[in-house]
Amino acid sequence: MSERLASAFAKGHPALVCFLTAGDGDTAANLDALVAGGADVIELGMPFTDPMADGSAIQNANIRSLAKGTRTANILEMAAQFRIRHSEVPLVLMGYANPMIRRGPEWFASAAHEAGVDGVICVDIPPEEDEALGPALRAKGIAPIRLATPTTDAKRLPRVLEGSSGFLYYVSVAGITGKQQAAQASIEDAVARLKSATDLPVAVGFGVRTPEQAGAIARVADGVVVGSALVELVAEHGEAAPEHLRTLTASLAQAVHAARKV
Amino acid sequence: MTETPNSFRAQPDEAGHFGEYGGRYVAETLMPLVLDLEREYRAAQADPAFREQFDDLLEHYVGRPSPLYFAERLTEALGGAQVWFKRDELNHTGAHKINNCIGQILLAIRMGKTRIIAETGAGQHGVATATVCARFGLPCTIYMGATDVVRQQPNVFRMKLLGAEVVPVTSGAATLKDAMNEGMRDWVANVHDTFYIIGTAAGPHPYPEMVRDFQSIIGREAREQMQGRVGRLPDLLVACIGGGSNALGLFHPFLDDRDVKMLGVEAAGHGLDGTEHAASLLGGSPGVLHGNRTYLLQDEDGQITEGHSISAGLDYPGIGPEHAWLKDSGRVEYTAVTDDEALQAFQLLCRTEGIIPALEPSHAIAAVQKRAKDMPKDSIILANLCGRGDKDIFTVAEKLGVEI
Repeated sequence: MSERLASAFAKGHPALVCFLTAGDGDTAANLDALVAGGADVIELGMPFTDPMADGSAIQNANIRSLAKGTRTANILEMAAQFRIRHSEVPLVLMGYANPMIRRGPEWFASAAHEAGVDGVICVDIPPEEDEALGPALRAKGIAPIRLATPTTDAKRLPRVLEGSSGFLYYVSVAGITGKQQAAQASIEDAVARLKSATDLPVAVGFGVRTPEQAGAIARVADGVVVGSALVELVAEHGEAAPEHLRTLTASLAQAVHAARKV
Repeated sequence: MTETPNSFRAQPDEAGHFGEYGGRYVAETLMPLVLDLEREYRAAQADPAFREQFDDLLEHYVGRPSPLYFAERLTEALGGAQVWFKRDELNHTGAHKINNCIGQILLAIRMGKTRIIAETGAGQHGVATATVCARFGLPCTIYMGATDVVRQQPNVFRMKLLGAEVVPVTSGAATLKDAMNEGMRDWVANVHDTFYIIGTAAGPHPYPEMVRDFQSIIGREAREQMQGRVGRLPDLLVACIGGGSNALGLFHPFLDDRDVKMLGVEAAGHGLDGTEHAASLLGGSPGVLHGNRTYLLQDEDGQITEGHSISAGLDYPGIGPEHAWLKDSGRVEYTAVTDDEALQAFQLLCRTEGIIPALEPSHAIAAVQKRAKDMPKDSIILANLCGRGDKDIFTVAEKLGVEI
């Protein structure tokens, strides 16, 4: 599958995964700031009118982006331009099923492949509905990245892992993005459980906001995902966001990278 | 057009698919719950005690069976087919919604859930949910678009009287679909103790099947009543469609009666040629929203567009997946009726039959009007009068330019 994704988790330290919503603010400048700050993987959110799994920060980012007229073609162009500027940094598209499958899964997989996308996280396509997008992604060498949650029990886990690649995204709280953070102990238990079931890197997200939290999680996980805290900086600072994004990303990266050697 | 199946009543398949529609397009956090719900529903279906309690509540609390009524003066006025109504507006709380709420709350109790959530548009499902929660002593949170909260004040007050917490949803367009998004967000964060009572035959499997089954009491009664009163089945069934639960409730028991034709009536709002309508089947295209694949109002990028209808209960940009399948299979015909046509039919029923219908079934009545006159006088149309109009008198007054 994606060599860029595999390399990002083989740097000798845990990976920092950073999320921003496409088309919210100056996406190119904001993504460059994340890379400059030390992000190892970029998740580019595809805005949707009905982001059912997101809290207010990312909901509002979706609304801002769509209100500015962001279209699917623009998002793919942002990805393609990012790939030209950063040949080594993996880029993952994250979003909801309907915008991804609107023109057919094969169309989306081809377009994402051409734009240099390494993986896709689709929030509302569980393994049970894999046919809707998974085969098309795999045919193009794009990693379908699945989510595991506190409600994914041991019996169900193999189903989640089957056909997924890139990394496993552990949603540490049963809830929506940007809200409460899970207790460190529960994260440690969950990551240990997941790692005993798969060789895929395990990245932990939902509710991670500070370098302290990120560093603590990186002591056990292969990656830490930060989204809402970054998206809020875009909302707050607008054109001046890149500077703030770079600062926060740098402190997150330092904490995550220094957490342990792997 | 798909191949004609042996039975139209055998859907969905084990994975909850109605042909290419339906399914379980939910976040992983909800997936184990949705599977659990399906297991519990199957167990309840096999348990005679569950059925008995459901039937008992429908009879003594809801007031079923609802009457089957021959609308003599409307029939005369239209000058064609006999028009009959299934009077589900006479149910407790004034609409068909309560049938489903009784079934789902019994299931919630069976599953040991201690908190109920629901979404509502016009407020009818919210009122029905608040009603069953009061009846069984469970706390209840109703999500309602902030725009709808303003438009439907009487129902908001009803829900509060019944002890429900009504949460105005300001995200997105602040209407029914956003209320449903917020319901999903609550559910995903409270999976351990919360049961989500979805109000229409949509959402992830098993909801579309389950809601249809609970609402099928409408068609089962109607079938028996029709046989008893006229000794035969009707020629045409008519029902309005928002999410589609009252229509499926009426249609489903008749689906394999090949001589019974069926007409589902969507809301054409200001007309199907523009964007101001809520006709997902006639003016939309297949996509994925709120847990299922079905026809949606959407743009070329898959962004969901807002529906419009004079009736807040039909104002939803999707439709139950079984209707999507029934449309493609050709078993049910679908049409649409504008705001103005519905408003005129509303007044016609008031004056010919002394029944004030809700604006939702007024769409069905408008479609009956168009069809009846071209049908022979010995033919029979049965329409579902799925809600009463008390809630709509302010909207109607405003449209007619009358100050109350």
